[in-house]
Amino acid sequence: MTELLDLTAPLLRGILLGGLYVLIALGLSLVFGVMKLINVAHGDLVILGTYFAFFLMSGELLGHKYSVIANLGIDPILSLVIVIPLMFAIGYVIQKFLMNRALGISMEAPLLIAFGISLIIQNTAQRFWTPLSRGLTPGYALECFTVGVLRIPLIYLLDFIAALVVMLALREFLKRTYLGKAINAASQDKRAASLMGINNNRVYAIAFGIAMATAAIAGVFLGLTFPFNPTSGVSFLIIAFGVIIVGGLGSMLGTFIGGMILGLAQTFGGYFLGATAQMLVLYVIVLVVLAVRPQGLFGR
Amino acid sequence: MEKHTQETSQDALLKVSNIDVFHGSFQALWDVSLEVKPGEMLALIGANTAGKSTLLDTISGLLHPAKGSIEFEGRKTSALEPFQIVELGISQVPEGRRLFPEMSVLDNLILGSYNRKARSKREQNLKQVCRHFPILEDRKNQMAKTLSGGEQQMLAIGRGLMADPKLMLLDEISLGLAPIVLDELYRALRGIRERGITILFVEQNVRRTLQEADRAYILESGRIVLSGTPGELQEEEKVRKAYFGV
Repeated sequence: MTELLDLTAPLLRGILLGGLYVLIALGLSLVFGVMKLINVAHGDLVILGTYFAFFLMSGELLGHKYSVIANLGIDPILSLVIVIPLMFAIGYVIQKFLMNRALGISMEAPLLIAFGISLIIQNTAQRFWTPLSRGLTPGYALECFTVGVLRIPLIYLLDFIAALVVMLALREFLKRTYLGKAINAASQDKRAASLMGINNNRVYAIAFGIAMATAAIAGVFLGLTFPFNPTSGVSFLIIAFGVIIVGGLGSMLGTFIGGMILGLAQTFGGYFLGATAQMLVLYVIVLVVLAVRPQGLFGR
Repeated sequence: MEKHTQETSQDALLKVSNIDVFHGSFQALWDVSLEVKPGEMLALIGANTAGKSTLLDTISGLLHPAKGSIEFEGRKTSALEPFQIVELGISQVPEGRRLFPEMSVLDNLILGSYNRKARSKREQNLKQVCRHFPILEDRKNQMAKTLSGGEQQMLAIGRGLMADPKLMLLDEISLGLAPIVLDELYRALRGIRERGITILFVEQNVRRTLQEADRAYILESGRIVLSGTPGELQEEEKVRKAYFGV
């Protein structure tokens, strides 16, 4: 009986942690689904969102502590009011001025640009905020809640709720609005979309902006959950790829299930094999899915 | 509904003047000129690769002419992008339909009304489309890919109508369809035309074209070789056959 109870802890933590992974993967999935663009800078852009929230909370920048901002000490979740539009604008500009041009050149050009953006963000973040490991730690980030005898960090629950909210909002937006339908149309048939009067380049810029808005949310919740440094983006990029590979591209349900599976792989891996091996289990699952069902569990 | 007076019907709605169009280094159209008058049903005839689709795509702004110009209602459009041209009132029903297969019939139609001008007339145009193609109303919640070939073509035409066009370009709507379905499609086209919408259509089936069109242009290897009313063209054909045996 106690053994069974022991298993509930990694089960619950895995599912909730999976929520964070879903949140991180959504933007990567959207950008690939619509533009067929592999955004290798996605992880770094997520971390950039984390650092924006970090700055708004701590006021730290380039070795200074701006006391005006530090005294305000904006709560990370509240800071999304600023960080989401900021990240949307960054995404819009990247697509409009870099990617739209690069997409017309070759398949590799956007990939190289994304790689360049990744390097720029990592190095700028090191310069602005030092290579030290940081955390977003308002009071509630350290609290736990209890389920029976289990104690689960409250932030894990918030991660999961945020993932659900963002996913449902994105789904409704894509299904119900003209713009959402246009994004969907441009991803299915670019040429037909332009014959419908859709300005593909504009729709692409908005889609990238929306992906970055979700990355902003992912970034803030990531910073509340884990410590981060300027190069953390890389490992979260790999997890996001894992989520998409396991779940299948272009399926929101797949992304959700993929996130759950990877979250569970990590917590159960940690439970049975120890903390050092938890990521190994996650990567092995990605590898197995790639070998057995390369289109992913819900891919077509 | 707009009524064209005798005077304006003399002016061309669309005027293509001496255009050259390239696909990369391959020249697909050579010095092509053509006029579409308001309210008429004009056909483009020609073999495969004669350049018919290229001409429609150039009018739609998917391709840009290297030489020459295109004017719609007196306004130069040859440098505009497709989404701007749709807003001016030219919609294209592309070859092979190019529906959004993973979307519902209704969503496909709604996307047809994406341009700003058409959005305000969406409900009105939706009613018209359902009047021309009642089957689409019954199927509106189905995925587009589940429709039969004929229904898909109806949806493609309906989607083109949702753009609230003055001029509709139709590319090979008869491809792979049974004659009985075609009768229905052309009956709908006559209805659409009666509402004042001008139609420029590409067709391989010469007999069908000569039945339906007011005038036709014949394209051969990227050049316009003949034009006229069906009667005139049939005469020309006879002459050509008599003299050249082709």
